[in-house]
Amino acid sequence: MKNNIAIKVDDLTVAYNYKPVLWDIDLEIPEGVLMAIVGPNGAGKSTLIKSILGILNPIAGSVSIYGKSYEKQRALVAYVPQKGSVDWDFPTTALDVVMMGTYGSLGWIKRPGQKEKKLALEALEKVGMLPFKNRQISQLSGGQQQRIFLARALVQDASIYFMDEPFQGVDATTEIAIINILKELRKANKTVIVVHHDLQTVPEYFDWVTFLNVKKIATGPVKDIFNDDNLTKTYGINYKVSIQE
Amino acid sequence: MDITEYIKLVFTDYTLRTITLGTAILGAVTGMLGSFAVLRKQSLLGDAISHAALPGIAIAFLITGAKDSNILLLGALVSGLIGTFWIRGIISKTHLKSDTALGLILSLFFGFGMLLLTFIQKQPNANQAGLDKYLFGQAATLVESDVWLMSIVTGACLLVLLLFWKEFKILLFDADYTKTLGFNTKFIDILITTFIVLAIVLGLQTVGVVLMSAMLLAPAAAARQWTNSLGIMVFLAATFGAFSGVFGTAISASQNNLSTGPVIVIVAGVFVLISFIFSPSRGLLFKQIRFIKNRRDLQLHKTLSFMYHIAETHENISHPHAIKILNNFQGFTKGTLQKLVRKNYVKLEGSMWSLTTEGFKTASNLYNQQTENNE
Ligand SMILES: Nc1ncnc2c1ncn2[C@@H]1O[C@H](COP(=O)(O)OP(=O)(O)OP(=O)(O)O)[C@@H](O)[C@H]1O
Ligand SMILES: [Mg+2]
Repeated sequence: MKNNIAIKVDDLTVAYNYKPVLWDIDLEIPEGVLMAIVGPNGAGKSTLIKSILGILNPIAGSVSIYGKSYEKQRALVAYVPQKGSVDWDFPTTALDVVMMGTYGSLGWIKRPGQKEKKLALEALEKVGMLPFKNRQISQLSGGQQQRIFLARALVQDASIYFMDEPFQGVDATTEIAIINILKELRKANKTVIVVHHDLQTVPEYFDWVTFLNVKKIATGPVKDIFNDDNLTKTYGINYKVSIQE
Repeated sequence: MDITEYIKLVFTDYTLRTITLGTAILGAVTGMLGSFAVLRKQSLLGDAISHAALPGIAIAFLITGAKDSNILLLGALVSGLIGTFWIRGIISKTHLKSDTALGLILSLFFGFGMLLLTFIQKQPNANQAGLDKYLFGQAATLVESDVWLMSIVTGACLLVLLLFWKEFKILLFDADYTKTLGFNTKFIDILITTFIVLAIVLGLQTVGVVLMSAMLLAPAAAARQWTNSLGIMVFLAATFGAFSGVFGTAISASQNNLSTGPVIVIVAGVFVLISFIFSPSRGLLFKQIRFIKNRRDLQLHKTLSFMYHIAETHENISHPHAIKILNNFQGFTKGTLQKLVRKNYVKLEGSMWSLTTEGFKTASNLYNQQTENNE
């Protein structure tokens, strides 16, 4: 199952100003893994995802999704941005935001209809947010907003999911709910890439991991490479995690 | 002229009707587009565009030597667009903050425009007088063709809004995500910005460079207070804008021809003020009322739950207790006790109180809720 390469990144270098924030990144992510990207603040995790998704233009390197460029494979990819990247006081409802996940397949001008609404409601149900469907988004808690973003990506019904810190600021119950959804996606042979900060839970949640700090430190199966050595290389300080296994 | 006379005149007097119609349409289109500027947190954009338009007017005059308002506005449009795209360029190329870029372009273009205006004023040309009307606007100079032009732009704007509604909405909310879905965000952005520039340029003759941005912001800011739906917000902003135009014109015409532009802006400001105070969900007044009511309820609930704890210890929940024992409790007042009686939660007999069944039920619900919330 893990022979197909879902995402391939070659020599990716990205800079906002002059100094590259990502330096010569090579990655091969097999299909069907649940992968964590770990690294300190400012390591370039969000930047890496944004470059793969074509939001940022890299100064060098290339990205391919199942062997083709991202532009050609858009429909296969869904994105959950960092929650703080939007203004939650925007005048709209939870359902409306989730419905935005269908805009890509609708294309220009065409409006969402009953079919799209049904998809959105199903996604809301999956993340346990159906009772809040008509809630103004500013009146949702942080964890609920995170679920809305997740539902919006689920609506896209993609093969590859990129999630930027989906566990940021959510309580234990929500975290379990979200991880269960992610595991279900993996079961359906989807590839899920998650920026993750809680190192303690990496072995429990993920089967693949990438260590990143401007450069790629390591990438591979959690059981092989999630060790103190790589953590120390990534975080710069002597790191000791007790891997509960 | 008083206001009733004015109303009669609007329907009979050609000039007044033209001006009223013009300001109403202008208010509607700027209000509509202003919603987008406000939601993108680009409040300064309108100010920058209108100031950037000034040198265009001056240059158009210098080239043609004529005061034909359409040619001057074309000049304004060109320099407004140049200013706008320079702003975008500065933001994306230099990593200056957007307000820095806006401020920079605003003052640069405005300064240059003023320089040209003073230069023109020194020219021995009888035509020059009146160019300064673009600074503060002069609604009285509106003619039918101006109103036609405004209507056409408004119609086109409406059409584009309807067509690209979904694209505008998603771009405003989450631009990066929009890009990942395959939409050309630059195109959407340029489309909306171009219409904002157009609307502003159209308003220069009426409201003027200095006050134009208020036409963009005030109706939208007011509208945001009343709704949580983008569609309704845009509609309300257009309505507030149109009414600002109509009322402003009426007031200025009936009060000895006060300058129309500033009056329109003040009326729009009144809309904002009223909205900030009286909007049910976001307004200051209702917030205050809710706050006071919550505090009162809390007081009541505190007393009730205290009584509940006492009553709980007895088998008969309606067993009477002395009011005196409530004195140990700080939050209790005669007023709250009276209110509890009125709500039929508590019965008073002489110096004794007892909970009613209803009171007991309410209190126990309260208590459960509280413990739930604490978990
Ligand atoms: N828009 C931007 N302009 C300039 N520099 C930026 C921009 N966004 C990020 N950077 C810089 O790029 C580097 C990587 O940022 P990035 O957001 O990718 O980090 P991250 O790993 O996602 O961090 P975090 O854990 O805090 O989310 C940081 O040094 C940051 O300061
Ligand atoms: Mg990040």
